[in-house]
Amino acid sequence: MSLNAYITEETIEGGDDGPLSGKTVAVKDNISTDGVRTTCGSKMLEDYEPPYDATVVERLKDAGATIPGKANMDEFGMGTTTETSYFGATKNPVDEDHVPGGSSGGSAALVAAGDVDYALGSDTGGSIRCPAAFCGVVGIKPTYGLVSRYGLVAYANSLEQIGPIAPTVEGAAELLDVIAGPDENDGTTREDGEDSDYASAADGDVDGLTIGVPTELVDGADDRVVETFENALEDLREQGATVEEVSLPSVEYAVAAYYVIAMSEASSNLARFDGVRYGHSGGYEGNWNESFSTARSEGFGDEVKRRILLGTYALSAGYHDKYYKQAQEARAWVKQDFDDAFADVDVLASPTMPILPPELGESLDDPLKMYLADANTTPVNLANLPAISVPAGEADGLPVGLQLVGPAFGEETIINAAAALE
Amino acid sequence: MSDSVDADEVEHVADLARVDLDDDELAAFAEQFGDILAHFEALEEVPEVEAEPDLVNVMRDDEIRESLSQDEALENADDSEDGRFKGPKVS
Repeated sequence: MSLNAYITEETIEGGDDGPLSGKTVAVKDNISTDGVRTTCGSKMLEDYEPPYDATVVERLKDAGATIPGKANMDEFGMGTTTETSYFGATKNPVDEDHVPGGSSGGSAALVAAGDVDYALGSDTGGSIRCPAAFCGVVGIKPTYGLVSRYGLVAYANSLEQIGPIAPTVEGAAELLDVIAGPDENDGTTREDGEDSDYASAADGDVDGLTIGVPTELVDGADDRVVETFENALEDLREQGATVEEVSLPSVEYAVAAYYVIAMSEASSNLARFDGVRYGHSGGYEGNWNESFSTARSEGFGDEVKRRILLGTYALSAGYHDKYYKQAQEARAWVKQDFDDAFADVDVLASPTMPILPPELGESLDDPLKMYLADANTTPVNLANLPAISVPAGEADGLPVGLQLVGPAFGEETIINAAAALE
Repeated sequence: MSDSVDADEVEHVADLARVDLDDDELAAFAEQFGDILAHFEALEEVPEVEAEPDLVNVMRDDEIRESLSQDEALENADDSEDGRFKGPKVS
Protein backbone atom coordinates (compact mmCIF):
# COMPACT_ATOMS: atom_id res chain seq x y z
CA MET A 1 0.00 0.00 0.00
CA SER A 2 1.40 3.37 -0.99
CA LEU A 3 1.25 6.22 1.49
CA ASN A 4 1.56 8.77 -1.34
CA ALA A 5 4.31 10.37 0.72
CA TYR A 6 6.54 11.36 -2.23
CA ILE A 7 5.71 13.82 -4.97
CA THR A 8 8.91 13.00 -6.86
CA GLU A 9 11.11 9.94 -6.31
CA GLU A 10 14.49 10.77 -7.78
CA THR A 11 17.77 10.02 -6.04
CA ILE A 12 20.20 12.84 -5.35
CA GLU A 13 23.55 11.43 -4.28
CA GLY A 14 25.56 13.18 -1.61
CA GLY A 15 29.31 13.43 -1.16
CA ASP A 16 31.46 10.42 -0.31
CA ASP A 17 32.10 11.11 3.30
CA GLY A 18 30.47 12.97 6.16
CA PRO A 19 28.37 12.66 9.29
CA LEU A 20 25.30 11.55 7.29
CA SER A 21 27.19 9.11 5.06
CA GLY A 22 24.95 6.11 4.34
CA LYS A 23 21.84 7.93 5.60
CA THR A 24 18.76 8.74 3.50
CA VAL A 25 17.03 12.09 4.03
CA ALA A 26 13.73 12.97 2.31
CA VAL A 27 13.28 16.66 1.55
CA LYS A 28 9.97 18.53 1.68
CA ASP A 29 8.93 19.67 -1.78
CA ASN A 30 9.10 23.40 -1.02
CA ILE A 31 12.91 23.18 -0.59
CA SER A 32 14.78 23.79 -3.85
CA THR A 33 16.79 20.96 -5.42
CA ASP A 34 18.94 21.78 -8.46
CA GLY A 35 17.39 20.17 -11.55
CA VAL A 36 14.88 18.11 -9.55
CA ARG A 37 11.34 19.45 -9.70
CA THR A 38 10.13 21.34 -6.66
CA THR A 39 6.35 21.67 -6.78
CA CYS A 40 5.33 22.98 -3.33
CA GLY A 41 2.44 20.51 -3.70
CA SER A 42 0.91 22.85 -6.29
CA LYS A 43 -0.22 22.61 -9.90
CA MET A 44 1.32 26.08 -10.23
CA LEU A 45 4.82 24.56 -9.97
CA GLU A 46 4.06 21.09 -11.38
CA ASP A 47 6.96 21.34 -13.86
CA TYR A 48 9.26 23.75 -12.03
CA GLU A 49 12.91 22.66 -11.79
CA PRO A 50 15.03 25.01 -9.65
CA PRO A 51 18.35 26.09 -11.18
CA TYR A 52 20.05 25.93 -7.77
CA ASP A 53 20.10 24.03 -4.46
CA ALA A 54 18.75 25.41 -1.20
CA THR A 55 21.51 25.94 1.38
CA VAL A 56 20.15 23.06 3.51
CA VAL A 57 20.30 20.73 0.48
CA GLU A 58 23.93 21.69 -0.15
CA ARG A 59 24.66 20.95 3.50
CA LEU A 60 22.94 17.54 3.31
CA LYS A 61 24.99 16.64 0.24
CA ASP A 62 28.22 17.87 1.86
CA ALA A 63 27.38 15.73 4.90
CA GLY A 64 27.19 12.63 2.66
CA ALA A 65 23.40 12.12 2.82
CA THR A 66 21.44 10.55 -0.03
CA ILE A 67 18.17 12.30 -0.90
CA PRO A 68 15.72 9.67 -2.24
CA GLY A 69 13.05 12.17 -3.25
CA LYS A 70 10.79 15.11 -2.54
CA ALA A 71 8.10 14.70 0.08
CA ASN A 72 4.40 15.48 -0.27
CA MET A 73 2.99 18.52 1.53
CA ASP A 74 -0.01 20.80 1.81
CA GLU A 75 -0.02 23.20 -1.13
CA PHE A 76 2.61 25.91 -0.40
CA GLY A 77 2.62 24.70 3.23
CA MET A 78 -0.96 25.85 3.73
CA GLY A 79 -2.74 23.15 5.70
CA THR A 80 -2.63 20.96 8.78
CA THR A 81 -3.35 17.56 7.18
CA THR A 82 -1.43 17.31 3.83
CA GLU A 83 -4.84 17.00 2.15
CA THR A 84 -4.53 20.31 0.26
CA SER A 85 -1.73 18.87 -1.92
CA TYR A 86 -2.48 18.97 -5.66
CA PHE A 87 -0.85 15.52 -5.77
CA GLY A 88 -3.38 13.94 -3.39
CA ALA A 89 -3.43 13.27 0.35
CA THR A 90 -0.71 11.33 2.19
CA LYS A 91 -1.81 8.52 4.52
CA ASN A 92 -0.66 8.16 8.11
CA PRO A 93 1.46 4.98 8.32
CA VAL A 94 0.28 4.37 11.90
CA ASP A 95 -3.35 4.13 10.70
CA GLU A 96 -3.97 4.66 7.00
CA ASP A 97 -7.53 5.91 7.53
CA HIS A 98 -6.07 8.98 9.23
CA VAL A 99 -4.14 12.03 8.05
CA PRO A 100 -0.40 12.30 8.81
CA GLY A 101 -0.80 15.95 9.82
CA GLY A 102 0.72 18.80 7.89
CA SER A 103 1.96 20.59 6.19
CA SER A 104 5.15 18.43 6.20
CA GLY A 105 3.01 15.24 6.16
CA GLY A 106 5.02 13.39 3.52
CA SER A 107 8.26 13.97 5.44
CA ALA A 108 6.84 12.65 8.74
CA ALA A 109 5.07 9.69 7.09
CA LEU A 110 8.28 8.56 5.36
CA VAL A 111 10.20 8.65 8.65
CA ALA A 112 7.41 6.90 10.61
CA ALA A 113 7.13 4.18 7.96
CA GLY A 114 10.89 3.58 8.09
CA ASP A 115 11.22 4.39 4.37
CA VAL A 116 13.96 6.95 5.12
CA ASP A 117 16.30 7.58 8.03
CA TYR A 118 15.45 11.28 8.38
CA ALA A 119 13.51 14.04 6.63
CA LEU A 120 13.47 17.82 6.34
CA GLY A 121 10.25 19.76 6.82
CA SER A 122 9.42 23.42 7.23
CA ASP A 123 7.42 24.94 10.06
CA THR A 124 5.51 28.22 9.65
CA GLY A 125 2.82 27.60 12.29
CA GLY A 126 3.41 23.98 13.32
CA SER A 127 4.09 22.24 10.01
CA ILE A 128 6.97 20.13 11.39
CA ARG A 129 5.62 19.50 14.91
CA CYS A 130 2.04 18.61 13.88
CA PRO A 131 2.94 15.78 11.48
CA ALA A 132 5.68 14.58 13.85
CA ALA A 133 3.05 14.32 16.60
CA PHE A 134 0.41 12.66 14.39
CA CYS A 135 2.90 10.08 13.00
CA GLY A 136 4.63 9.30 16.31
CA VAL A 137 8.08 10.67 15.42
CA VAL A 138 10.30 13.57 16.55
CA GLY A 139 10.29 17.02 14.90
CA ILE A 140 12.17 20.21 15.74
CA LYS A 141 11.17 23.77 14.81
CA PRO A 142 14.45 25.67 15.31
CA THR A 143 14.78 29.21 16.71
CA TYR A 144 14.15 31.76 13.94
CA GLY A 145 17.52 32.48 12.34
CA LEU A 146 19.23 29.19 13.26
CA VAL A 147 18.70 27.55 9.84
CA SER A 148 19.03 29.22 6.43
CA ARG A 149 15.81 29.68 4.44
CA TYR A 150 17.74 30.30 1.18
CA GLY A 151 16.00 28.15 -1.43
CA LEU A 152 12.88 27.57 0.67
CA VAL A 153 9.90 28.75 -1.38
CA ALA A 154 8.46 31.48 0.83
CA TYR A 155 5.01 31.29 2.39
CA ALA A 156 5.41 33.60 5.45
CA ASN A 157 9.07 34.57 5.84
CA SER A 158 8.88 36.16 9.27
CA LEU A 159 7.56 32.92 10.81
CA GLU A 160 9.08 29.94 9.02
CA GLN A 161 12.11 27.74 9.62
CA ILE A 162 13.36 24.53 8.03
CA GLY A 163 13.88 21.72 10.57
CA PRO A 164 14.49 18.00 11.06
CA ILE A 165 12.11 15.04 11.47
CA ALA A 166 13.57 11.75 12.76
CA PRO A 167 12.62 8.57 14.65
CA THR A 168 14.62 9.66 17.73
CA VAL A 169 15.55 12.88 19.49
CA GLU A 170 19.24 12.21 18.92
CA GLY A 171 18.62 11.62 15.21
CA ALA A 172 16.70 14.89 14.86
CA ALA A 173 19.51 16.68 16.74
CA GLU A 174 22.14 15.10 14.45
CA LEU A 175 20.30 16.37 11.37
CA LEU A 176 19.90 19.82 12.95
CA ASP A 177 23.68 19.92 13.51
CA VAL A 178 24.15 19.49 9.75
CA ILE A 179 21.73 22.20 8.61
CA ALA A 180 22.16 24.85 11.37
CA GLY A 181 24.49 27.83 11.14
CA PRO A 182 24.92 31.16 9.39
CA ASP A 183 24.52 31.58 5.61
CA GLU A 184 25.50 34.69 3.67
CA ASN A 185 22.50 34.06 1.39
CA ASP A 186 20.01 34.47 4.25
CA GLY A 187 20.48 37.75 6.10
CA THR A 188 18.29 36.57 8.99
CA THR A 189 20.66 33.75 9.99
CA ARG A 190 22.79 34.18 13.09
CA GLU A 191 26.16 32.93 14.29
CA ASP A 192 24.44 30.61 16.78
CA GLY A 193 24.45 27.08 15.45
CA GLU A 194 27.90 27.26 13.88
CA ASP A 195 29.86 24.17 15.01
CA SER A 196 26.88 23.04 17.07
CA ASP A 197 26.75 19.66 18.80
CA TYR A 198 23.06 19.23 19.53
CA ALA A 199 23.28 15.44 19.15
CA SER A 200 25.40 15.09 22.28
CA ALA A 201 22.80 17.15 24.24
CA ALA A 202 20.24 14.30 23.91
CA ASP A 203 20.97 12.93 27.38
CA GLY A 204 17.51 12.91 28.91
CA ASP A 205 18.88 14.25 32.19
CA VAL A 206 15.92 16.19 33.63
CA ASP A 207 16.88 15.95 37.30
CA GLY A 208 16.40 19.48 38.66
CA LEU A 209 14.77 20.80 35.46
CA THR A 210 11.75 23.08 35.93
CA ILE A 211 8.96 22.48 33.41
CA GLY A 212 6.15 25.04 33.09
CA VAL A 213 2.77 23.93 31.76
CA PRO A 214 0.71 26.78 30.27
CA THR A 215 -2.85 26.04 31.37
CA GLU A 216 -4.25 27.77 28.27
CA LEU A 217 -2.61 25.13 26.03
CA VAL A 218 -4.07 22.17 27.93
CA ASP A 219 -7.62 23.31 28.77
CA GLY A 220 -9.05 23.11 25.26
CA ALA A 221 -7.49 19.78 24.31
CA ASP A 222 -9.23 16.45 23.73
CA ASP A 223 -9.50 14.43 27.00
CA ARG A 224 -7.60 11.47 25.52
CA VAL A 225 -4.77 13.80 24.51
CA VAL A 226 -4.67 15.40 27.97
CA GLU A 227 -4.55 12.01 29.71
CA THR A 228 -1.59 10.87 27.59
CA PHE A 229 0.13 14.23 28.15
CA GLU A 230 -0.36 14.02 31.95
CA ASN A 231 1.12 10.51 32.00
CA ALA A 232 4.20 11.80 30.16
CA LEU A 233 4.55 14.65 32.67
CA GLU A 234 4.38 12.12 35.51
CA ASP A 235 7.19 10.21 33.82
CA LEU A 236 9.30 13.41 33.80
CA ARG A 237 8.49 14.08 37.48
CA GLU A 238 9.66 10.58 38.38
CA GLN A 239 12.96 11.36 36.67
CA GLY A 240 13.49 14.39 38.93
CA ALA A 241 11.87 17.25 37.02
CA THR A 242 9.65 19.82 38.73
CA VAL A 243 6.38 20.56 36.94
CA GLU A 244 4.46 23.77 37.62
CA GLU A 245 1.50 25.53 36.06
CA VAL A 246 2.09 28.85 34.32
CA SER A 247 -0.25 31.23 32.54
CA LEU A 248 0.26 32.77 29.10
CA PRO A 249 -2.88 34.88 28.60
CA SER A 250 -1.73 36.15 25.18
CA VAL A 251 -1.84 32.73 23.53
CA GLU A 252 -5.65 32.89 23.35
CA TYR A 253 -5.03 35.34 20.48
CA ALA A 254 -2.21 33.40 18.82
CA VAL A 255 -4.22 31.58 16.15
CA ALA A 256 -5.89 34.81 15.00
CA ALA A 257 -2.59 36.73 15.05
CA TYR A 258 -0.75 33.92 13.28
CA TYR A 259 -3.28 33.58 10.48
CA VAL A 260 -3.54 37.34 9.88
CA ILE A 261 0.25 37.68 9.66
CA ALA A 262 0.81 34.46 7.65
CA MET A 263 -1.98 35.24 5.19
CA SER A 264 -0.79 38.83 4.77
CA GLU A 265 2.77 37.71 4.05
CA ALA A 266 1.45 34.97 1.73
CA SER A 267 -0.61 37.45 -0.29
CA SER A 268 2.59 39.37 -0.97
CA ASN A 269 4.96 36.40 -1.40
CA LEU A 270 2.70 34.53 -3.79
CA ALA A 271 2.19 37.60 -5.99
CA ARG A 272 5.30 36.43 -7.87
CA PHE A 273 3.38 33.53 -9.42
CA ASP A 274 2.12 35.16 -12.60
CA GLY A 275 3.00 32.36 -15.04
CA VAL A 276 5.62 34.41 -16.93
CA ARG A 277 9.04 33.59 -15.42
CA TYR A 278 8.05 30.17 -14.06
CA GLY A 279 4.96 28.26 -13.15
CA HIS A 280 1.63 27.56 -14.81
CA SER A 281 1.07 29.97 -17.70
CA GLY A 282 -2.19 31.84 -18.17
CA GLY A 283 -1.58 32.05 -21.92
CA TYR A 284 -1.17 35.13 -24.07
CA GLU A 285 -4.79 36.04 -24.83
CA GLY A 286 -6.22 39.22 -23.36
CA ASN A 287 -4.26 41.77 -21.34
CA TRP A 288 -1.72 40.95 -18.65
CA ASN A 289 -4.15 41.24 -15.72
CA GLU A 290 -6.49 38.74 -17.37
CA SER A 291 -3.63 36.40 -18.19
CA PHE A 292 -2.19 36.56 -14.65
CA SER A 293 -5.65 35.98 -13.14
CA THR A 294 -6.14 32.93 -15.35
CA ALA A 295 -2.73 31.50 -14.40
CA ARG A 296 -3.43 31.95 -10.68
CA SER A 297 -7.02 30.71 -10.88
CA GLU A 298 -5.90 27.51 -12.65
CA GLY A 299 -2.63 27.03 -10.77
CA PHE A 300 -3.70 27.52 -7.13
CA GLY A 301 -6.01 25.30 -5.09
CA ASP A 302 -8.81 26.48 -2.78
CA GLU A 303 -6.82 26.85 0.45
CA VAL A 304 -4.11 28.91 -1.26
CA LYS A 305 -6.73 31.17 -2.88
CA ARG A 306 -8.46 31.53 0.49
CA ARG A 307 -5.26 32.67 2.22
CA ILE A 308 -4.17 35.02 -0.58
CA LEU A 309 -7.61 36.68 -0.58
CA LEU A 310 -7.87 36.97 3.21
CA GLY A 311 -4.31 38.34 3.36
CA THR A 312 -5.12 40.87 0.65
CA TYR A 313 -8.25 41.85 2.61
CA ALA A 314 -6.36 42.21 5.90
CA LEU A 315 -3.82 44.53 4.29
CA SER A 316 -6.31 46.58 2.28
CA ALA A 317 -7.21 50.19 3.03
CA GLY A 318 -9.54 50.52 5.98
CA TYR A 319 -8.73 47.09 7.43
CA HIS A 320 -4.94 47.20 7.91
CA ASP A 321 -5.10 48.72 11.42
CA LYS A 322 -7.91 46.46 12.54
CA TYR A 323 -6.27 43.19 11.51
CA TYR A 324 -2.58 43.43 10.60
CA LYS A 325 -1.52 46.07 13.13
CA GLN A 326 -3.43 44.33 15.94
CA ALA A 327 -1.88 40.99 14.95
CA GLN A 328 1.58 42.55 15.31
CA GLU A 329 0.60 43.84 18.79
CA ALA A 330 -0.51 40.33 19.70
CA ARG A 331 2.79 38.94 18.40
CA ALA A 332 4.74 41.32 20.68
CA TRP A 333 2.51 40.29 23.60
CA VAL A 334 3.08 36.59 22.96
CA LYS A 335 6.85 37.17 22.88
CA GLN A 336 6.68 39.08 26.16
CA ASP A 337 4.58 36.34 27.80
CA PHE A 338 7.14 33.69 26.84
CA ASP A 339 10.04 35.86 28.06
CA ASP A 340 8.30 36.32 31.41
CA ALA A 341 7.64 32.57 31.71
CA PHE A 342 11.29 31.69 31.01
CA ALA A 343 12.34 33.87 33.93
CA ASP A 344 10.84 31.16 36.17
CA VAL A 345 11.02 27.87 34.23
CA ASP A 346 13.54 26.14 31.98
CA VAL A 347 11.12 24.77 29.38
CA LEU A 348 7.39 24.88 28.65
CA ALA A 349 5.39 21.72 27.94
CA SER A 350 2.02 21.18 26.28
CA PRO A 351 0.32 18.70 24.00
CA THR A 352 1.72 19.40 20.49
CA MET A 353 -1.77 19.12 18.98
CA PRO A 354 -5.01 19.49 20.96
CA ILE A 355 -6.64 16.73 18.89
CA LEU A 356 -5.89 13.19 17.68
CA PRO A 357 -5.12 12.76 13.96
CA PRO A 358 -8.42 13.31 12.08
CA GLU A 359 -9.71 10.79 9.58
CA LEU A 360 -8.92 11.47 5.93
CA GLY A 361 -11.52 13.84 4.45
CA GLU A 362 -12.81 15.03 7.83
CA SER A 363 -11.19 18.48 7.94
CA LEU A 364 -11.52 20.08 4.54
CA ASP A 365 -15.04 21.53 4.76
CA ASP A 366 -14.45 23.83 7.70
CA PRO A 367 -11.27 25.93 7.30
CA LEU A 368 -11.68 27.79 10.62
CA LYS A 369 -11.89 24.49 12.52
CA MET A 370 -8.66 23.39 10.85
CA TYR A 371 -6.95 26.68 11.78
CA LEU A 372 -7.95 26.28 15.45
CA ALA A 373 -6.09 22.95 15.60
CA ASP A 374 -2.88 25.05 15.41
CA ALA A 375 -3.57 26.64 18.84
CA ASN A 376 -0.52 25.12 20.57
CA THR A 377 2.03 25.39 17.77
CA THR A 378 1.46 28.91 16.37
CA PRO A 379 2.49 30.83 19.54
CA VAL A 380 6.03 29.44 19.15
CA ASN A 381 6.41 30.82 15.61
CA LEU A 382 5.04 34.21 16.69
CA ALA A 383 7.72 34.31 19.43
CA ASN A 384 10.54 33.02 17.13
CA LEU A 385 11.35 30.28 19.68
CA PRO A 386 12.63 26.68 19.35
CA ALA A 387 10.29 23.76 20.02
CA ILE A 388 10.38 20.00 19.71
CA SER A 389 7.56 17.47 19.41
CA VAL A 390 8.36 14.07 20.94
CA PRO A 391 6.05 11.02 21.16
CA ALA A 392 4.18 11.00 24.49
CA GLY A 393 2.28 7.75 23.94
CA GLU A 394 -0.87 6.65 22.16
CA ALA A 395 -4.61 7.14 22.63
CA ASP A 396 -7.11 4.93 20.77
CA GLY A 397 -4.16 3.52 18.83
CA LEU A 398 -3.15 6.97 17.53
CA PRO A 399 0.06 8.86 18.43
CA VAL A 400 0.05 11.84 20.80
CA GLY A 401 2.94 14.31 20.74
CA LEU A 402 4.33 16.38 23.62
CA GLN A 403 5.74 19.80 22.74
CA LEU A 404 8.64 21.33 24.64
CA VAL A 405 9.40 25.02 24.01
CA GLY A 406 12.68 26.64 25.00
CA PRO A 407 14.12 30.15 25.13
CA ALA A 408 15.67 31.55 21.93
CA PHE A 409 18.66 29.43 20.83
CA GLY A 410 17.94 27.04 23.72
CA GLU A 411 17.89 23.99 21.45
CA GLU A 412 20.17 21.96 23.78
CA THR A 413 17.70 22.35 26.65
CA ILE A 414 14.65 21.07 24.76
CA ILE A 415 16.66 18.29 23.08
CA ASN A 416 17.92 17.09 26.45
CA ALA A 417 14.45 17.20 28.05
CA ALA A 418 12.74 15.50 25.10
CA ALA A 419 15.20 12.59 25.26
CA ALA A 420 13.90 11.84 28.77
CA LEU A 421 10.61 10.69 27.22
CA GLU A 422 12.22 8.03 25.02
CA MET B 1 -19.46 44.25 15.31
CA SER B 2 -18.74 41.63 12.75
CA ASP B 3 -17.68 42.50 9.21
CA SER B 4 -19.98 40.39 7.12
CA VAL B 5 -18.56 39.88 3.68
CA ASP B 6 -20.67 39.57 0.55
CA ALA B 7 -19.77 38.10 -2.83
CA ASP B 8 -19.14 41.57 -4.31
CA GLU B 9 -16.47 42.29 -1.70
CA VAL B 10 -14.83 38.91 -2.27
CA GLU B 11 -14.81 39.66 -5.98
CA HIS B 12 -13.17 43.04 -5.36
CA VAL B 13 -10.42 41.45 -3.25
CA ALA B 14 -9.97 38.63 -5.78
CA ASP B 15 -9.56 41.28 -8.45
CA LEU B 16 -6.87 43.06 -6.40
CA ALA B 17 -5.10 39.71 -5.88
CA ARG B 18 -5.42 38.73 -9.58
CA VAL B 19 -7.32 35.51 -8.91
CA ASP B 20 -10.29 34.66 -11.16
CA LEU B 21 -13.20 33.14 -9.22
CA ASP B 22 -16.49 31.77 -10.54
CA ASP B 23 -19.85 32.52 -8.87
CA ASP B 24 -19.86 29.32 -6.80
CA GLU B 25 -16.39 30.07 -5.43
CA LEU B 26 -17.40 33.67 -4.63
CA ALA B 27 -20.42 32.48 -2.66
CA ALA B 28 -18.50 29.79 -0.77
CA PHE B 29 -15.62 32.15 0.11
CA ALA B 30 -18.05 34.89 1.25
CA GLU B 31 -19.62 32.49 3.76
CA GLN B 32 -16.28 31.14 5.05
CA PHE B 33 -14.72 34.61 5.27
CA GLY B 34 -17.53 35.74 7.59
CA ASP B 35 -16.63 33.02 10.12
CA ILE B 36 -12.87 33.50 9.82
CA LEU B 37 -12.97 37.30 10.06
CA ALA B 38 -15.28 37.07 13.08
CA HIS B 39 -12.56 35.01 14.79
CA PHE B 40 -9.86 37.53 13.77
CA GLU B 41 -11.91 40.34 15.34
CA ALA B 42 -10.93 39.09 18.79
CA LEU B 43 -7.60 40.84 18.08
CA GLU B 44 -9.33 44.14 18.89
CA GLU B 45 -9.09 43.12 22.58
CA VAL B 46 -5.30 42.86 22.44
CA PRO B 47 -3.65 45.54 24.61
CA GLU B 48 -0.85 47.75 23.34
CA VAL B 49 2.49 46.22 24.26
CA GLU B 50 5.61 48.20 24.96
CA ALA B 51 8.28 46.17 23.27
CA GLU B 52 11.77 47.09 22.22
CA PRO B 53 12.17 46.24 18.56
CA ASP B 54 14.69 43.38 18.45
CA LEU B 55 15.42 43.79 14.76
CA VAL B 56 17.61 46.44 13.17
CA ASN B 57 18.51 47.04 9.54
CA VAL B 58 21.96 45.76 8.59
CA MET B 59 23.35 47.23 5.39
CA ARG B 60 26.24 46.02 3.26
CA ASP B 61 28.01 47.49 0.28
CA ASP B 62 26.46 46.77 -3.08
CA GLU B 63 28.78 44.36 -4.85
CA ILE B 64 28.75 42.26 -7.99
CA ARG B 65 28.39 38.53 -7.32
CA GLU B 66 27.95 35.37 -9.33
CA SER B 67 24.35 34.84 -10.41
CA LEU B 68 22.24 32.67 -12.72
CA SER B 69 23.09 32.77 -16.42
CA GLN B 70 20.48 34.12 -18.83
CA ASP B 71 19.73 30.57 -20.02
CA GLU B 72 19.26 29.31 -16.47
CA ALA B 73 16.98 32.22 -15.63
CA LEU B 74 14.81 31.46 -18.67
CA GLU B 75 14.73 27.68 -18.14
CA ASN B 76 11.36 27.60 -16.39
CA ALA B 77 9.57 30.23 -18.47
CA ASP B 78 6.62 29.10 -20.59
CA ASP B 79 7.97 31.09 -23.51
CA SER B 80 10.86 33.43 -24.25
CA GLU B 81 12.01 35.57 -27.14
CA ASP B 82 15.54 36.84 -27.91
CA GLY B 83 16.74 35.88 -24.42
CA ARG B 84 13.87 37.63 -22.69
CA PHE B 85 10.75 36.45 -20.86
CA LYS B 86 7.66 36.56 -23.04
CA GLY B 87 4.60 37.92 -21.28
CA PRO B 88 1.02 38.82 -22.19
CA LYS B 89 0.09 42.18 -23.70
CA VAL B 90 0.49 45.10 -21.33
CA SER B 91 -2.40 47.21 -22.64
